[in-house]
Amino acid sequence: MSFLTVFETYDWDTLEQEIYNVTEDEVAAILQKEKITLKDFKALIAPAAKPFIEQMAQRSNQLTKKRFGNTIQMYIPMYLSNECQNICTYCGFSLTNKIRRKTLSDAEILKEAAHIKSLGYDHILLVTGEANKTVGVAYIKHAIELIKSNFSNISIEVQPLGQEEYEQLIEAGLYAVLVYQETYHRTAYKTHHPKGKKSNFEYRLDTPDRLGKAGIHKIGLGALFGLEDWRVDSFFTALHLKYLQKTYWKTKYSISFPRLRPHQGDVEPKVEMTDADLVQLICAYRLLDEDVELSLSTRESERFRNHSVHLGITSMSAESKTNPGGYSVEPESLEQFEISDERSTATIEQMIQSQGYEVVWKDWFNR
Amino acid sequence: MDTLKIADKTFTSRLFTGTGKFSSSQLMQEAILASESELVTVALKRVDVENESDDILQYLKAASINLLPNTSGVRRAKEAVFAAELAREALQTNWIKLEIHPDPKYLLPDPIETLEAAEALVKLGFVVMPYVHADPVLCKRLEEVGVQCVMPLGAPIGSNKGIKTLDFLEIIIEQSNVPVIVDAGIGAPSHAAHAMELGADAVLVNTAIAVSQNPKQMGIAFKKAVEAGRMAYNAKLAPVKKQAEASSPLTSFLNL
Repeated sequence: MSFLTVFETYDWDTLEQEIYNVTEDEVAAILQKEKITLKDFKALIAPAAKPFIEQMAQRSNQLTKKRFGNTIQMYIPMYLSNECQNICTYCGFSLTNKIRRKTLSDAEILKEAAHIKSLGYDHILLVTGEANKTVGVAYIKHAIELIKSNFSNISIEVQPLGQEEYEQLIEAGLYAVLVYQETYHRTAYKTHHPKGKKSNFEYRLDTPDRLGKAGIHKIGLGALFGLEDWRVDSFFTALHLKYLQKTYWKTKYSISFPRLRPHQGDVEPKVEMTDADLVQLICAYRLLDEDVELSLSTRESERFRNHSVHLGITSMSAESKTNPGGYSVEPESLEQFEISDERSTATIEQMIQSQGYEVVWKDWFNR
Repeated sequence: MDTLKIADKTFTSRLFTGTGKFSSSQLMQEAILASESELVTVALKRVDVENESDDILQYLKAASINLLPNTSGVRRAKEAVFAAELAREALQTNWIKLEIHPDPKYLLPDPIETLEAAEALVKLGFVVMPYVHADPVLCKRLEEVGVQCVMPLGAPIGSNKGIKTLDFLEIIIEQSNVPVIVDAGIGAPSHAAHAMELGADAVLVNTAIAVSQNPKQMGIAFKKAVEAGRMAYNAKLAPVKKQAEASSPLTSFLNL
């Protein structure tokens, strides 16, 4: 039994129809309820819920404060490598893109880590492409060990691994794994991932199951918005979340909302997701689940990020570089994608504090 | 003076507080000082042991405040023991609020791991304050392994729902030989007063103060409620009656 079994009982087109057929009266009735179910979530992400967006935001704000208080957790990504054997139509690191490939050496990792540390960060996210020969489990494990004494909380966003490989990394000090399905639309997934290990939809889909079995502390889920209809993809993400929470009940979960950004490559967003859509979605997730962490990266604009503090977001990055060595080793190398909010960490800290929220740097202890 | 003694410390205030969820460390400090709380719990995971200018600790230096590190975030007994030892070294206190909640959603305490960790920590010389379900048998088992108090929940943590475990708390209070501190779910000063009226020795309040629009005022409100509840407990509440007692229809013929 894995999520695949659950997933296969749903049909994309039927769901899409259900979501677009929701009426305003149905949404109004759901907003009177105390407990929001997965079925209700479907209505809250529907076009029919748009007129209720302020009401949803108010409720999301209150629920988030109750559970997380007036705090925003800070984290920062550190790209270790842009080597990749996959073709992903939307990614700057895609195999067929003629860019210079770079994997950080030990000395470079330590240099980047020291730079990041000097900015104040204590929670770090290590990112790689998928190149198992050069950037396999051994490399990732070694990187964790190298920086472990500098950071209280280490996450990764790398290729999907096996349960035992995850167990090794957890033993080495890994706290969380982010693994986004990109899209839950099987055919579209194949179109956007035509070559490489990543083209295996099912293996990726069951990655959180392997993580849960390995006993990971936190799993990050999400879909890449722009590939397919964001509403249906978000329903599947929520379905995935609920399944995982029941099955791996000792694990925490976070959701991210990446919208497709300009990058080296050729794909344009197929489906537009507006700012209002994204607010609606953030609030809908909060109403569905009081406890899930909601994370917003520097992909989003300054203005949007300023307001998001009150909408249900619980963690943020700042000043992110999406190229290996981007902070101090090779600041000019090619990025995975262009970030939008380029403000400094100190500026983001002030922005958060000025809105009456405390910035949290450390919320874990590494052994 | 109606003081509360736990291990080697005597407390004038029966309101214990926490440090999480405040919008700034400054507000946290103001609220705690206003509440006159003398025991303040802080999550070890939030403390930057290597950084002497660590924000939270900077604001908790008042002489009236005793720090109570907690093990929040751990999922197993052995992790809790590790965290407690780290806390003892970093904060120079052998007091530990033992929290083991492997379920990150409702943060409900794991009774099995908690008992195991409590036993180990007592042996290591800690003053152990375990956060537990309102489970009277578990509280007795913890007492047997040597904890200095028990901290049963009133409702799920952070829920602000009040004393939902009333019947079980009453049993725990009746049976306990160590102080009983109602730890979670207290969302309003009236809830705190309720717990104190029942005979709880103290309450621990965090979310209700931290997330309030005015944490300082709320800190004062809780202080007063805890004092009122304790005073009412000491004064003995008038018994609650289901129906009015009139004459004695069954025995009046006796002309007693």
